[in-house]
Amino acid sequence: MKHIKTLNTKKLQNTVKKGGTSCTVGQ
Amino acid sequence: MVHQYKNNGFNIVLDVNSGAVHVVDDIAYDIIPLFESCSKEEILGRLGQTYPQGEIEEGYSEVEALAKDGQLFTEDGYEAYISSFQERPTVVKALCLHIAHDCNLACRYCFAEEGEYHGRRALMSVETGKAALDFLIANSGNRRNLEVDFFGGEPLMNFGVVKELVAYGREQEKLHNKNFRFTLTTNGVLLDDEVMEFANREMANVVLSIDGRKEVNDKMRPFRKGAGSYDLIVPKFQKFAESRGQENYYVRGTYTRYNLDFSEDVLHLADLGFTQISVEPVVAKPEEEYALREEDLPQLFAEYDKLAAELVKREKEGRGINFFHFMIDLEGGPCVAKRLSGCGSGTEYLAVTPWGDLYPCHQFVGDEAFLMGNVTEGIQAKGLQGEFKRCNVYAKEKCRECFARFYCSGGCAANSYNFHGSITDVYDIGCQLQKKRIECAIMIKAALAEE
Repeated sequence: MKHIKTLNTKKLQNTVKKGGTSCTVGQ
Repeated sequence: MVHQYKNNGFNIVLDVNSGAVHVVDDIAYDIIPLFESCSKEEILGRLGQTYPQGEIEEGYSEVEALAKDGQLFTEDGYEAYISSFQERPTVVKALCLHIAHDCNLACRYCFAEEGEYHGRRALMSVETGKAALDFLIANSGNRRNLEVDFFGGEPLMNFGVVKELVAYGREQEKLHNKNFRFTLTTNGVLLDDEVMEFANREMANVVLSIDGRKEVNDKMRPFRKGAGSYDLIVPKFQKFAESRGQENYYVRGTYTRYNLDFSEDVLHLADLGFTQISVEPVVAKPEEEYALREEDLPQLFAEYDKLAAELVKREKEGRGINFFHFMIDLEGGPCVAKRLSGCGSGTEYLAVTPWGDLYPCHQFVGDEAFLMGNVTEGIQAKGLQGEFKRCNVYAKEKCRECFARFYCSGGCAANSYNFHGSITDVYDIGCQLQKKRIECAIMIKAALAEE
C-alpha cells in the first residue's frame, strides 16, 4: 500500500475462539 | 472504533477492536475520520482543495480494503463474550505475601505508611507463611505454575522466613506437581551478597526500589531519621543487576509533583547502567503536596513524548533500555478475554497479611471493608469476591468507549476505590497518563519499524 503501512497482522477478534495475573496486560 | 493521533512525526491509526496499528500519510490520515460518515464523493469534495484527486482515490481504496479485512472500523462485539467468560470458575494463581509490615525507610508517598498498613508492625511467621502456600496449592485447581511475591514493608527485614518459605515451597511443589515462581521487592538497605546469591538462585524476578536522581530519591525515600538512601543502595543495585545478567529485575521508582521532569530520572537510571526500568506516577491523596494534579498533565505528557523519542534514539544507537510502561506487544499479547477482564485482583490474586488475613490485593490491605478471609479458613467474603470477578472493562462506564481499554483492562480497582469509593470507576489522572503511555509505546514501535 502506498498511503498506509500496517505494523502488525494481529486481529483481536481472532482470539475469541482460540483464547479464553497482571498489575503487563499489553503478556 | 478508530483512534488516530500524531506523535514524533508519525501519523498513527489504531483500530481499537482489532488491535491493528497503521502508520499513514497525511491523505489517509484525513480520509479516515470522514470514511464512516461521508460518501466517497463527499470525501473527494472535502479534501479536493488539499490533495490531488487521484491520490485521494488511492487512499480511499486502501482504507476501504482494510475495513473489509477487519483491520479498520472493527466493531466491538465482545461484551456478551466477556460476561460469560467471567462466570467461569476461577482458581487462585498468585499470592502477595506481606512478609513484613515494617520498614527501615520512611518513604513519604508509601501507601503502607512506613510499611505498617495503617496497623501495627508485624513480621509473618513461618507457620503463617506455610499456611498461605498450602492455601494457594489447595485453591489453584489444576494450574501448575503459581506465583508468590515477597512484599512488605521491607521483606528483607524477615529474610529468614523468606528462605524457609522458599524451601517449603520447593518441597511442596514436588508433592503436588506445582511450580512456584517466587519474586521479591526490596528497598536495598539490607541487600548483601548472601541475599543476592539466594535471589539469583530462587527469585524469578526482583524489584529494586529507587526513584532516580540522588536529590529526587533522597527527598522521598529517607531513613526514619531523615538521611537519604541513594548512596547506600545504588552500588548494591548495580552489582545485583549485573549479577542477574541485566535481566529478570526492575529498578522501580515513583515520580511525584516534585519531579515532573521524571524523564531525567529514567535516563539517570539508564546512565547508571540499568536496562530494566520502571518509573511510575505517584497515586496520592489530592491534598498531599507531592500529589499529581490535573494541571500537571500537559507537562507530564511532554515528558513521556520526550522520553519516548530519546528511547528510540538510544535503541537505534544500540544502547536501548526496557521501560516497563512502554512495553507493548502489537503482534502477540493476551487474548481478548484476558485484556478485558482485568488484573485478577480479588479472584486470581490475593494479598496475605503477616497474620494470614486475605485481601483483594496489596493496595487494599488494612481496609477492613475488604477483608476476604484468611489462609486457614479460606475465602469467606464470597459476595465481595463476586464484585471483583465482575469488575471488567464493560462494568466501567468511562472505559466502554476508551481506545486504551484493550491495553489497560480498566485500570486499578484500588485506585478507583480510593478516589471514587467504587471499584468500577477509574482514577482519572492515572487514566490520562496510561493513554499517553500507550500512544508513546505504539509510536516507538512505528519508529523502530522504519529501520
